[in-house]
Amino acid sequence: MADVTAPPLREFPIPPKVEPDAMAASKPYVAPEKIQEAIGFPGQLVENWHEKAIGRMGELLRDYRSLRVYLDSCVHCGACSDKCHYYLGTGDPKNMPVARQDLMRGVYRRHFTVAGKLFPKLVGAKELTKEVLDDWYKYYNQCSECRRCSVFCPYGIDTAEVTMAAKEILDSVGYGQKYSNEIIGKVHKIGNNLGLPGPALEDTLLGLEEDTKEETGCDVRFPLDQKGAEVLLVTPSADFFAEPHVESLIGYAKVFHAAGVSWTLSSHASEAGNFGLFIGNYDQMRKIALRIREAALELGVKRIIVGECGHAWRVAYSFWNTLAGIGAGGDDKFSVELQSQLDMRYRQPTHICEYTWDLIEKGALTFDKEKNDHRVVTFHDSCNVARASRMGDTPGGQFEIPRNIIKAVANNYVEMRPGTTREATFCCGGGGGLLTDELLDLRVKGALPRMESLREVADGGGVNFMATICAICKAQFTKILPYYGFNRSMVGGVHQLVSAAIRLGDKH
Amino acid sequence: MNAAGIVFAVVFYAAAAVFILGLGYRIRLYAGTPAPLKIPTTPAPTTNSGVALRLVRETVFFESLFKASLWTWLFGWAFHAALFLVVLRHTRYFIEPLPGVLAFIQPFGIYAGFVMALGLAGLWARRFLVDRVRYISTPSDHLMLALLIAIGLSGLGMKYLVATDVVMVKAFFTGLYTFSIQPLPSDPLLFVHLGLVAALMIIFPYSKLLHGPGLYFSPTRNQADDPRERRHIAAWAARMESER
Ligand code: HEM
Ligand code: SF4
Ligand code: SF4
Repeated sequence: MADVTAPPLREFPIPPKVEPDAMAASKPYVAPEKIQEAIGFPGQLVENWHEKAIGRMGELLRDYRSLRVYLDSCVHCGACSDKCHYYLGTGDPKNMPVARQDLMRGVYRRHFTVAGKLFPKLVGAKELTKEVLDDWYKYYNQCSECRRCSVFCPYGIDTAEVTMAAKEILDSVGYGQKYSNEIIGKVHKIGNNLGLPGPALEDTLLGLEEDTKEETGCDVRFPLDQKGAEVLLVTPSADFFAEPHVESLIGYAKVFHAAGVSWTLSSHASEAGNFGLFIGNYDQMRKIALRIREAALELGVKRIIVGECGHAWRVAYSFWNTLAGIGAGGDDKFSVELQSQLDMRYRQPTHICEYTWDLIEKGALTFDKEKNDHRVVTFHDSCNVARASRMGDTPGGQFEIPRNIIKAVANNYVEMRPGTTREATFCCGGGGGLLTDELLDLRVKGALPRMESLREVADGGGVNFMATICAICKAQFTKILPYYGFNRSMVGGVHQLVSAAIRLGDKH
Repeated sequence: MNAAGIVFAVVFYAAAAVFILGLGYRIRLYAGTPAPLKIPTTPAPTTNSGVALRLVRETVFFESLFKASLWTWLFGWAFHAALFLVVLRHTRYFIEPLPGVLAFIQPFGIYAGFVMALGLAGLWARRFLVDRVRYISTPSDHLMLALLIAIGLSGLGMKYLVATDVVMVKAFFTGLYTFSIQPLPSDPLLFVHLGLVAALMIIFPYSKLLHGPGLYFSPTRNQADDPRERRHIAAWAARMESER
């Protein structure tokens, strides 16, 4: 592994100088044959990769308007060039969103446009050589698909769409990324990203019941596969045992307990995460989402609630209705089957923060806010929640609702600098399937902009806790905070704060 | 009828054909390509009228660009606004009689010519001065700016340096509608101006100038944020459901 170094915090947030090839050595492990083949991709780089790659690209151009329009429309204005945290942290020009797109746009021009066929040099058209393919592998694996660039592009060009297409093409020629593809294999085989089998999950949950009983004196339950429960909770599997994730799981359980609502987890769908999104593969994304549909039908639940996870919430909120008929409005057989079981008076699916906030607004929950008085809290908006989903009924609810919850359960709240929060939030540096050790240097550098604004509120506002609602953000920050001189336990979930302050009463 | 009239008549029929057919093909291609997933960049409007308003704001104010970079916005917006006025001013060569609004903006169209050239110069300067923009610039990016500036300067040249016979020009263009080819004044500057405009029309459907229509087909901008309320599914994806 390359040396891992954190860049110095910048005094003024001006973009770094262009430093070609600064990150040319950064790349994740290539997926070995077994992992590739387990999810239907060729085991290794196929012989006719060039022909296959161009072919797959043509299919994607036919099936995805985003890709087609985005590859045509960029005017090279550079508005996005200083918006990517990986560029800001590394200075590598290929980490500028527009340059990242150009890695594919060059090939697109060469093979799919008149101008590129006639005047390749003039319009920057490039043949897909092995070097270019390697560049794809390196630099599309330096994009966390955070969509920050799409906020600022005058045409909304979303580099994440291009990155996903590139990963799909790479997978289709047998040049997949180990970390993401291994995880997808585990979901299919075992039901969750961490490969935690049913019995182990049951043990873990029993342990949590005991711990929570000890802490609170209340019989807070963590049910698994309970048929006829009102609510199916689908949460990232990291919530089952990783720190600080598990603290939020305890928080959700306490909320359900205090509300007196029966709920259950599912061993078949013990994962909210959906790495099919990261690799841009519709089939995989759909297959993973279908597990949740199957679990809901099997258990006969009325509501589906999703735990704290950014990309999972994007897939749930934006795509589940499309992929698995979880949502309203569909009048086809496939959708109606589920709708007739779910209670459609509720939003399907619901985010756990929407659920908790509804209860708070109704006055159904009470808190001892001073239990969080040792904390000065700030909130890190996770990209996929901020820029690819919503909560509540109005645009921007995804910003207000988690903040409202924090303010309802804690007394000290400080906001980070505008331009680094809400829709302009900076990625934690570990999203999009990059949360793997061999990319640690990239992850540390990509966290720079977030660390700068955290440093400001830590020094200026005494902030000692950064709440977030994403399993990847939590894991990433836990790992990289020390590189910037912070304590790793500074990061935690919103429901971790809820958990600390919620009053359970004597309901047993 | 003179030689210039014949040559430019052919050139403009050809350029108009390429422009209209090329652009029409491209727009049909965009419209016919499915957007299988809901991907609006949020916070996004939840209704279609909200989406329309978002697109109007992007078109009229370049809202996203304004958030991104003030300098680029300033030059870019000034250039486009000026280009818009200049195009409106040019209606006087194509429409008779000229409607009131178009007659009213005529004088503004002249100043707009200068603003357009300045805006373009500012955009071009960024391609040399900002290292990030220098890195991403291709020869065609420079040529496109050169082309537009040359169109603007040759136009201003005819207004302020070597005036041309605008009545003849108008007769030429209105004649094209009825396939009656009228003579053109033999002014080199006019030939340059018209030649470059024809080139722009031909390049348009095959270049980054597709960003104009592109904006309206961009799923991150033209989709309403309502995935929980409405099921959105592409035909190729719906097929998977019947295969089950
Ligand atoms: C609905 C119509 C249009 C919209 C919304 C639009 C918007 C934009 C925006 C936001 C930019 C980026 C900022 C900039 O560099 O100026 C841009 C760039 C550009 N536009 Fe347009 N535009 C439209 C139509 C046109 C037309 C009709 C032309 C020319 C005939 C044109 C020529 C250009 C050029 C050459 C650039 C690149 C400037 C550079 O190289 O930096 N645009 N446009
Ligand atoms: S999606 Fe995010 S990580 Fe990828 S290029 Fe855009 S800003 Fe960078
Ligand atoms: S902001 Fe959009 S149009 Fe401008 S360079 Fe970036 S991707 Fe291209």
